[in-house]
Amino acid sequence: MASVDTPTPSEPVTGAVADGEVPLEVAASAPVLATTLGGYLRAWLKRMRSGESGVLPVVGGLIILTVIFQTQSSVFLSAGNITNLLIQGSTFVVLGMAEVWLLVLGEIDLSVGYVSAIGAAITAIMIGPPHPLPLWFAMPVGVVVTGAVGALWGTLVIRLRLPSFVVTLAGLLGGEGVLIWLVNGNGTGGTIRIENNVFLDLTSGNLSLAAGWIVTIAAVVVFGGLIFLRDRSRRRSGLVAAPLVVTLAKIVGLAAAGVALVLVCNTNRGELVTLQGIPYAVVIVIALVVLTSFMLDRTRFGRYLYAIGANAEAARRSGVSLGWNRLWAFVLTGVTAGIGGMLYAARLGSVSNNVDGGTLVLYAVAAAVIGGASLFGGRGKMVHALLGGIVIATIYNGMGLIGLAADYQYMITALVLLAAVTVDALARRGRTTS
Amino acid sequence: MTVVAEGRPGGAPAAEGAPLLQLRGISKSFGAVQALVHVDLDVPAGQVTALVGDNGAGKSTLIKTISGIWAPTSGEIRWCGEPVSIRSPREADDLGIATVYQDLALCDNLDIVQNMYLGHEILSKRLLDENRMELTAKQTLADLSVTTVQSVRQPVGSLSGGQRQSVAVARAVMRDAKLVIMDEPTAALGVSQTAQVLDLIKRLAERGIAVIVISHNLSDVFAVADRLAVLYLGRLVDSGPITDYDTQRAVELITTGAANGNGAPTNGRGHHPGTGE
Ligand SMILES: Nc1ncnc2c1ncn2[C@@H]1O[C@H](COP(=O)(O)OP(=O)(O)O)[C@@H](O)[C@H]1O
Ligand SMILES: [Mg+2]
Repeated sequence: MASVDTPTPSEPVTGAVADGEVPLEVAASAPVLATTLGGYLRAWLKRMRSGESGVLPVVGGLIILTVIFQTQSSVFLSAGNITNLLIQGSTFVVLGMAEVWLLVLGEIDLSVGYVSAIGAAITAIMIGPPHPLPLWFAMPVGVVVTGAVGALWGTLVIRLRLPSFVVTLAGLLGGEGVLIWLVNGNGTGGTIRIENNVFLDLTSGNLSLAAGWIVTIAAVVVFGGLIFLRDRSRRRSGLVAAPLVVTLAKIVGLAAAGVALVLVCNTNRGELVTLQGIPYAVVIVIALVVLTSFMLDRTRFGRYLYAIGANAEAARRSGVSLGWNRLWAFVLTGVTAGIGGMLYAARLGSVSNNVDGGTLVLYAVAAAVIGGASLFGGRGKMVHALLGGIVIATIYNGMGLIGLAADYQYMITALVLLAAVTVDALARRGRTTS
Repeated sequence: MTVVAEGRPGGAPAAEGAPLLQLRGISKSFGAVQALVHVDLDVPAGQVTALVGDNGAGKSTLIKTISGIWAPTSGEIRWCGEPVSIRSPREADDLGIATVYQDLALCDNLDIVQNMYLGHEILSKRLLDENRMELTAKQTLADLSVTTVQSVRQPVGSLSGGQRQSVAVARAVMRDAKLVIMDEPTAALGVSQTAQVLDLIKRLAERGIAVIVISHNLSDVFAVADRLAVLYLGRLVDSGPITDYDTQRAVELITTGAANGNGAPTNGRGHHPGTGE
């Protein structure tokens, strides 16, 4: 922009630039390394070792868990069970995503369990008797309410400089109270039953077989195309891009995952009636992961969340508004939690006054952290919550299959969580000493 | 010195000979503490002005009034000969004043490009235009002959102290800065990295940028500066071309506020506009 390359005559020695035709390459000598497959792998290995292990630990953990459960119960990897697991996992994943907005900032929301249930309860009351309101109205209202609760927490944290941990701990306690009050006030005993079939279909409805294929193929074409175009435009601009093989491998991997999902979900998993197709819940979760990842990775807002989480003072001096960006993160946590609450209520078919919002939020945080988000701020992606949520659902589901009850389930989840934070801590150490 | 950045409408007054930045009678008090007392200082373009002084002399306070963090209690700041008021870091930024703070203010989790553009991201269709940012960032680093970083996409947390300093400077330069202020740029660095940063400072001046460097290290100061300004208990006790000083005289000025030895110190108000070399 400014001062485009005008080497002054008095330019000091720095031979590399003086005789180089392309000073561009001088700034980064890595390109040569990474344009070949071998170089790419080496760069990748180096990153691993310096603590940027990415999603590798959680994927490895998932494979180990799968092997264990499959050897203990042959139905674990059946199409029906995998689909079931994905539906169970949808709540953990979405609540984990709600946490990611704040974990990136180095904040936390302990209230998402109850707040999500409150949103669902409000929607359930609105679509229930005596005067059922339309779903298209009631669902957004529930989500707006949870978003508003997030805004309230955010305002308290930002304006009064209270720790989010404490504000949302109050929210956890108060939220349980509000939930009981809402449910009991509905006059239907301890639960609000949901009769609206469209709402219940959030988790029990499926795409038709053909629709499953069409949606998946469309998604693979679009995202594969985007990956390809992005890498190509980097190469065209003379920037370091992954070797073509790697780009193609990514696309093939994406396509394979898509086909596997369709094949698994399109298998008939019903016993008396036919039950097949990709559950809406899975489609909703994937769409949500894509949308929110896009916000984090490709927008200024997302960039600022990472910056604030790592060094708020640096962000402030760069002209980033700390207040607004943090407030929006709190709002998005509330909104995402609201959506998670809808999935939760749809799966149970009701909202009860004894929802365990405490355990739910711990699972949510655990999902994000197991996936690779950091509790120390500055690091976390939506896909972390996706993978971590699937890990938790795997434990939950696998334990159930082999007949181990809640006691073991909690203990194993605790171990996995400990393993995950250990990886996180080791990774941090790796980074700082490198 | 070649002024590299072209097409700058505000460049005219500087050509008439007024130093880029002139401080006239700048005072700043924090309650009872008089941190700055009637400071006059000229900072010409294309030269490195070293600001020295003991701890608590008011160096940081002085650069903070220039970079819009504190408003001076009294006094006038002239920019290209025109009186200006700098009320916020944004306004300093808009004038072309970039400050590289001692703690650098970088985000370790973001890569070099992301740090260089933090707060000033290039967007296309409301989304981050990563390719354009990366190209420009690389170009800026290459222009400054910053050759030691492996990839501009590596997180800043993985860089050495000298590299971090280079990124912070490049970030300032990229925004078309006319004045770059650096607070203790070499304090945390080893020998070779210090050399690297001093080199970079010289290159900034060669590009026609005015540089103010705060430093405690007199050998660094004599290695890099064109001009020296000495603060003592909030007063600017002396300033002038570096050739007027030697280490002994500088040390005396820093520690006692006066030079007893030979040479006629231009005590107090320093010099008049245009008294460059
Ligand atoms: N924010 C502030 N509030 C009160 N006093 C301050 C503040 N900043 C600096 N001072 C005082 O102003 C004087 C000069 O400080 P400073 O500019 O930091 O010195 P230096 O950078 O030269 O070491 C010191 O006496 C310091 O205590
Ligand atoms: Mg200081």
